[in-house]
Amino acid sequence: MKSFTYERPSTPAEAAAAVARNGQAKFIAGGTNLLDLMKLQIETPRHLVDVNGLGLDAVEPTDDGGLRIGALVRNTDLAAHPRVRRDYGVLARALLAGASGQLRNKATTAGNLLQRTRCPYFYDTAQACNKRQPGSGCSALDGVSRQLAVIGGSAACIATHPGDMAVAMRVLDATVETVDDAGAARKIPIAAFHRLPGDDPSRDTNLKPGELITAVTLPKPVPGTHIYRKVRDRASYAYALVSVAAILGKDGSGHVAFGGVAHKPWRVEAAEADLPQGARAVTQKVFADAEPTHENAYKLKLAERTLGAALNQARA
Amino acid sequence: MKFDSPAGPNPIDRLKVVGHATDRIDGKYKTTGTAPYAYERHDVAPDAAYGYVLGSAIAKGRVRGIDTASARRAPGVLAVVTTLDTPRIARGVMNVAYLFGGDVIQHYHQAIAVVVAETFEQARAASFLVTVDYAPEAGQFDLAVAAKTAEPVPADSGEGSGGNGEERVGDFEGAFAQAPVTLDATYITADESHAMMEPHATVAAWEGDRVTLWTSNQMIGWGHGSIAKMLGLPKEKVRLDAPYVGGGFGGKLFIRADAVLAALAAKQAGRPVKVALTRPLIANNTTHRPATIQRVRIGATQDGTITAIAHESTSGNLPDGDPETAVNQTKYLYAGKNRLTAMKLARLDLPEGNAMRAPGEAPGLAVLEVAMDEMAEKLGLDPVEFRIRNDTQVVPTQPDLRFSQRDLVGCLKLGAEKFGWAKRNPKPGQVRDGQWLVGLGMAAAFRDNMVMKSGARVRLDSGGTVTVETDMTDVGTGSYTIIAQTAAEMMGVPLDRVAVRLGDSEFPVSAGSGGQFGANSSTAGVYAACVKLREAIAQKLGFNATDAVFEDGEVRAGNRAIPLAEAASDGALVAEDTIEFGKFSKTQQVSTFGAHFVEVGVDLYTAEVRVRRMLAVCAAGRILNPKSARSQVIGGMVMGTGAALMEELAVDTKRGFFANHDLAGYEVPVHADIPHQEVIFLDEVDAMSSPMKAKGVGELGISGVGAAVANAIYNATGIRVRDYPITLDKLLDRMPDAA
Repeated sequence: MKSFTYERPSTPAEAAAAVARNGQAKFIAGGTNLLDLMKLQIETPRHLVDVNGLGLDAVEPTDDGGLRIGALVRNTDLAAHPRVRRDYGVLARALLAGASGQLRNKATTAGNLLQRTRCPYFYDTAQACNKRQPGSGCSALDGVSRQLAVIGGSAACIATHPGDMAVAMRVLDATVETVDDAGAARKIPIAAFHRLPGDDPSRDTNLKPGELITAVTLPKPVPGTHIYRKVRDRASYAYALVSVAAILGKDGSGHVAFGGVAHKPWRVEAAEADLPQGARAVTQKVFADAEPTHENAYKLKLAERTLGAALNQARA
Repeated sequence: MKFDSPAGPNPIDRLKVVGHATDRIDGKYKTTGTAPYAYERHDVAPDAAYGYVLGSAIAKGRVRGIDTASARRAPGVLAVVTTLDTPRIARGVMNVAYLFGGDVIQHYHQAIAVVVAETFEQARAASFLVTVDYAPEAGQFDLAVAAKTAEPVPADSGEGSGGNGEERVGDFEGAFAQAPVTLDATYITADESHAMMEPHATVAAWEGDRVTLWTSNQMIGWGHGSIAKMLGLPKEKVRLDAPYVGGGFGGKLFIRADAVLAALAAKQAGRPVKVALTRPLIANNTTHRPATIQRVRIGATQDGTITAIAHESTSGNLPDGDPETAVNQTKYLYAGKNRLTAMKLARLDLPEGNAMRAPGEAPGLAVLEVAMDEMAEKLGLDPVEFRIRNDTQVVPTQPDLRFSQRDLVGCLKLGAEKFGWAKRNPKPGQVRDGQWLVGLGMAAAFRDNMVMKSGARVRLDSGGTVTVETDMTDVGTGSYTIIAQTAAEMMGVPLDRVAVRLGDSEFPVSAGSGGQFGANSSTAGVYAACVKLREAIAQKLGFNATDAVFEDGEVRAGNRAIPLAEAASDGALVAEDTIEFGKFSKTQQVSTFGAHFVEVGVDLYTAEVRVRRMLAVCAAGRILNPKSARSQVIGGMVMGTGAALMEELAVDTKRGFFANHDLAGYEVPVHADIPHQEVIFLDEVDAMSSPMKAKGVGELGISGVGAAVANAIYNATGIRVRDYPITLDKLLDRMPDAA
């Protein structure tokens, strides 16, 4: 860990300004990802702006019947919130499928959105990784890639977004609310929040330097069976090989997003009309442009069959 | 004491303390955080500085230069020791790769420097400032490729538990060609990491030319001699101490880089230094269980009598490394007149392959016992019945050599009964429970019972306390407790009058912990020392040693009864002895047997495999402490499940390293993976094993588990995967249509 300076601002705009004016600053909230990355010198911020004192920890109804989740609401609290459990089951289930109880107690809503990939080459500082060190190359392309992206990758990066919560938020059409260093608020649809790697994998999201997440809002609840099905090699405490976040009616109609397959939660709305026809019709469209490696091509069949399981559950 | 004839009746047979389910006497220290592990020895080295190990970024080649100038200037840095400053250090017992010194890189994350600083964080930060100039060389990292040019392991190599590289009996090829029912299948097992909880760690402190290492090691005797040799010191100048060890599984049988670098760094820094290996270094700097490619051929008559059996295995290693002896059990487990076992060894430039819990048998049975399942199906026989039909009471390769005890059939039958095997549908893919395809599988378990000479010192003090000292280690297995039970039984005192001190090289040399020889051998050593102490006490109190009964804190004979403590009233009585196992122990084959039964569910949609329940039945001589023995077996079952379903060091065959080198990437089972386990021990005593009449169970518990899981998956799905671990991607293409 490199030495760093530290401050605790008192307002979101001050926090944003503190990061914006220091090119090597980072926000810290729960720290469950950032601190590990700092110890390994994968992240080397010279200044930390602690946002834990900013409030931003309320879960409140919105005027249009939705829910506004403060950026600092802990994963444990969000999963247990009565409104979330009642109206947004897919989100509660996704949260509880992630990490461990101890980590969820610390991890925040905004931090969860910003967690970084678990690609093994990102974690090994002796290896080439364009995400960690732009221009160094990508060892994963011809390396160990069983966990990595099958779609939306590039010649520079095939990392995945490792989270569960964001996949549920994607199917819920959440909106990420931010404030910048000038105090200006912005609303970013979740679909536009995470990026594809393209030729700059070092950027995971479309946030501007210093832009601070203040909340995530959910629209009014969507009826249907809320399903989060996470598939992994062991029963708990592992990243998804593939996950499916779905809200489905008895006839199979509804919405679906996939996790563990791309640099961002993967959803193709145009394919959702085919949901009543079954999983294959949908995944053929959703993954039409897939470019898997020989090690992770299984994820295409797995995505189809996991969606099949979700459809079966919804129809039951 | 020489063990040169079958054990007769002795005080252990009273079973007043031995044989009872007993809580671990170190349990309260472990659970309250008061059992200090090596890295926590602030009590002995409160001023220790912190060493951080830098691993090589290349898998093969040379180090041309190391620039440490920035690191040396970094805050808190006290010393930097590099491999270029140090002549290549000799290897210790069982080391294959060189641990430090010189410019040659043999494998990824080989230690090339240690940075020492006032705090751990300073040492780690400074290590990132070290820049290294490498001259990389091409290497061979792919076993599948290297196997094509693998060399046969010579017939007389002595590799394997008492066997050789290649063994033939009868005419395998002829008999196999004539057999009406045959199987010829090839299987793969993966590279696995020990992944023990406590990392390799050492605190080293010099006093003049003497060095003490508080470390984490399974074999103090080996380690003591090894580190002395490595540091160029006489053994008297070195002390090794490891009273608590947080797991080893074979990964701590020998001295590793943490101990060498702590010693070198402490000398350089002029003060005690502590070094722990980080998780990535544990995967690539230390040892692992090597992957294997195994071919099994079985020929049988229509009634299920095996007439021909061949088991061949290829594994890879660094130069001077050994093969994974995966064919061992096939020499012992089933009858059959015509036999072949052989191994090949390929040259690989991956990190060193070496022993991991049940080396040989764990990957060997994971394959043989699937082949037996496949063969049973071809024969239309129940897998349990097929095994029973081919049981043998003599070693098949040496028909004059009988097993001292062998109740494999008893294990199989009792296990089948208790597990409800009769309800298994022999046709695969037939049983559904909601979304789950449910299947049952079983496998036989076998592990040879090795013995090692083992010493102990026992002292009776005037307060009546019996203190045992031996360099035996407790690697979480329960050594403290069974040694205390042994001494309590021998001396006729309650358990709380026994104190046990372990793991110090100043104590008598013991068997150590490995090869499941630790429990039987080390307690036999304590038995021997106690026999001597009893003689000394009897003499002191005026008894005839053969008549004296040690019971209830007294020594009795005829009408006399004298409190034990009285013998020490004018000074403690001390006795020391070593149990030695001579050629006699080879006159019969002493082995352990078992049967594993497993029920799995396979998700119809996703092909996720989840174990639902497990049973092991073990025949392993006298069980010294049923509670800690059960813990050993269930731990083995967990580890075997990991090997079957998820554990695999993922080889980057281009760059030459294990890429998933932390516990997020290298998955081992979590609690949710292991819902229900049961263990039954057959009531046995084996007079051929030692005066304790006990054998090992710690490796029997893992042997065969993987195959039982694989066979259950086959029974659930009808899909045979011959490539471990059986992850869902290997099942998915062949899963039935779920829609």
